[in-house]
Amino acid sequence: MSARNPLRFLSLLALFSSAALTLSAALPAVAQTTLRAVMHSDLKIVDPIWTTAYIVRNHGYMVYDTLFATDASGQIKPQMVDKYDLSPDKLTYTMTLREGLLWHDGKPVTAEDCVASIKRWGAKDATGQKMMSFVKDLQAVDAKTFRIVLNAPTGLVLTALGKPSSAVPFMMPKRVAETNPNEQISDFTGSGPFVFKRDEWKPGDKAVYVKFDKYKPRAEPASGLAGGKVVKVDRVEWKAIADQQTAVNALLAGEIDYIEAPKHDLLPVMRKDPNIKLVDWNPLGNQYAFRYNTTAKPFDNVKIREALLYAFNQEDFLQAVIGDKQYYKECKALFVCGTPLASTKGMDGRLESNFQRAQALLKEGGYDGTPIVLMHSTDLDVLTNLAPVAKSLMERAGFKVDMQSMDWQSVVARRAKKDAPTQGGWHAFLTSWVSADILNPVSTAFLNSSCDKALFGWPCDTELEKLRDDFARATDPAQQKAIAEAVQVRFTQYPTHVHLGQWYQPGASRKNVDGYVTAPVPVFWNVTKTGR
Amino acid sequence: MLAYLGKRLFATIPVMAVVAIFVFSMLRLTPGDPASIIAGAAATSQEIVEIRSRLGLDRPIVAQFFVWVGNLLSGDFGESFFFKKQVAELIVDRIEPTLALALTTMLLSIAIAVPMGVIAAYKQGTWIDRLVMGFSVLGFSVPVFVIGYILIFVFAIELNWLPVQGYQPLAEGFWGFLERLILPSLTLSVIYVALIARITRTSVLEVLGEDYIRTARAKGLTNYTVLMRHALRNAAVPIVTVIGLGIALLIGGVVVTESVFSIPGLGRLTVDAVLARDYPTVQAVILLFSAVYVLLNLAVDILYTFLDPRIRY
Repeated sequence: MSARNPLRFLSLLALFSSAALTLSAALPAVAQTTLRAVMHSDLKIVDPIWTTAYIVRNHGYMVYDTLFATDASGQIKPQMVDKYDLSPDKLTYTMTLREGLLWHDGKPVTAEDCVASIKRWGAKDATGQKMMSFVKDLQAVDAKTFRIVLNAPTGLVLTALGKPSSAVPFMMPKRVAETNPNEQISDFTGSGPFVFKRDEWKPGDKAVYVKFDKYKPRAEPASGLAGGKVVKVDRVEWKAIADQQTAVNALLAGEIDYIEAPKHDLLPVMRKDPNIKLVDWNPLGNQYAFRYNTTAKPFDNVKIREALLYAFNQEDFLQAVIGDKQYYKECKALFVCGTPLASTKGMDGRLESNFQRAQALLKEGGYDGTPIVLMHSTDLDVLTNLAPVAKSLMERAGFKVDMQSMDWQSVVARRAKKDAPTQGGWHAFLTSWVSADILNPVSTAFLNSSCDKALFGWPCDTELEKLRDDFARATDPAQQKAIAEAVQVRFTQYPTHVHLGQWYQPGASRKNVDGYVTAPVPVFWNVTKTGR
Repeated sequence: MLAYLGKRLFATIPVMAVVAIFVFSMLRLTPGDPASIIAGAAATSQEIVEIRSRLGLDRPIVAQFFVWVGNLLSGDFGESFFFKKQVAELIVDRIEPTLALALTTMLLSIAIAVPMGVIAAYKQGTWIDRLVMGFSVLGFSVPVFVIGYILIFVFAIELNWLPVQGYQPLAEGFWGFLERLILPSLTLSVIYVALIARITRTSVLEVLGEDYIRTARAKGLTNYTVLMRHALRNAAVPIVTVIGLGIALLIGGVVVTESVFSIPGLGRLTVDAVLARDYPTVQAVILLFSAVYVLLNLAVDILYTFLDPRIRY
């Protein structure tokens, strides 16, 4: 034998691999229709009441159903509920469930299940807590009917039960809904259009859902998160692909059918491919926000917080992160442009980088040059470039800024700390909200100004709280709009955060997949897939 | 030999203990709070405190450590903070892809690199030698993810011969299993081929000048026999050391490759767990990696005795 033998071995290896590939290609295809999607995140937790994470909310819409839902025009429509009735004194809602609703284990959905589910959600979710503060009694009347008795009229009941985004009041069997809201559930039985395949769920790899054959969709066509949830594929797999470039490559190669949130700079690559289309599934989009810590000097001073409403402009932030004007919009309305409560009242002259005005406010507020500890998240593409822009604009307004870079989870941990900014606390950070979460003064968590009970940043303002309470009590849309505008005006006098513009995240899909529902949440009913 | 084995295995106990203390302390010193992460964006301070208490994170660190060690000694790695699954179950789910990737990469690397190194040594100073060394430099220099993306572009996107990503368990079919391992193994093997080829070349060059090689040639043996039976076997100790370390490194996590090819292995589990501050999972996988290092080192040491009879324990 000569030294050429290793080459012979390599040739054999190549031949073996080729044979393997040929045989593999000859294997029969799976007959059922499987939709393979890459979501914005891996599914690690599966209790949509326990956490507000958006991926868990998405999972919730697959597995569970809701009593009411928001349709494409933003109206609240019955979903599991067949009919409901409000007493003339506006104090008693009587709701009757549709016929034929079943849990995935085949048992019928009962009013008692719904009562227990509302109670668990109402103990955990901020909007739910607000709604429950109006509830005097909540009980099942018979197997299909339950009653909500209020201590005062409120327009919040339907809005809360039909809220589209986290935390959504998903219905669960009574035995599951009786789990402590601060404990995760371990029984994943729902009554939604898909069944969660717990045995196939591998965090870090995939989550699998199969069509629930006994699901009874409403007769109306799908509209937003309301209407008939008709499932047109047999199986949906959420593949966990951490690397965005790999996800795009997999989509181009036809290994997956859909990417929920591809990076904006990868969109041109997909736009060029004749087999790929971009899907605008969420026309409401998202909103960037700069959050102050109102308990830390100098942001305990409203004048100094107000200075930032003048120093910032939205275009700089949106351009730095999103870049393509097609996918962002400047919007001074606190409650999202294009929605019923959108208004620019009180916002004149603000968010226009008027540095002179900002400097005057700093002087008026007695800013002493304390460096602002600005937390800079470095590992989430949609946030990374925000803090450097904020730093630059703040410095031009006269602030001293100590920008500290860290991963998002460090931001999350640190923002919960009330320590002094020089001792592990913080002054400010930037984040993003799904627009569906901030459509009114009650659901907008950053407006909660109940001091220690408020979200990190802990704003404390009785006037803002009173207005939010008034909004919860209002039942007339015109009255609600007037209160929302009053909230916005008060917000300019007592800023809890700064809203930095709207941005949009298209999905990307193979062209043989169609029927995507336009909604604030990516859902997979009504979706069809033809061919490969 | 048995006494030596026993001594070495006993010596792993203090090593693992030090690793356990180190990992536990480092995690607690790292900024970040699992309770805040679990609670989500809309959680109040009170909810975060409740979750921290439920996870036992409000207890003194020393108490947490002894609870963890106590559970560990009874074979309980604990439950992941996030996945609502036992850590042992998570590791078992991830170990097959990691082992499969490590073994195919190493087999491929050895099959290519050892002959390459031997040939380069035998043809020292010729264009073949320079080609092998040039490839080695390239293999070291080009980042793994670049090689991965190039291979994906050529073989998966343009030629459509192989899948872009994913892993199929062996139980679901051999060909599906193999085709998903080819590109990641090729990607990873580039650097190991470079490393093993260089070590092989150097080791073989050292022994080629020895008297017994000249004697073997004088006996009229063929070049192949001289190289494989006399030169390579005597040059094998450093090569086996590098291969052993390589396997340990591969099992210890090839995060970039696992991410580029979306392989749900231990490397990605570790990174996900670190980012989520999932203490029980991070602690368990780091301990596992340490055990793998210790045992592979032991295996390599034992292998020396078979390769070089002069080595005795």
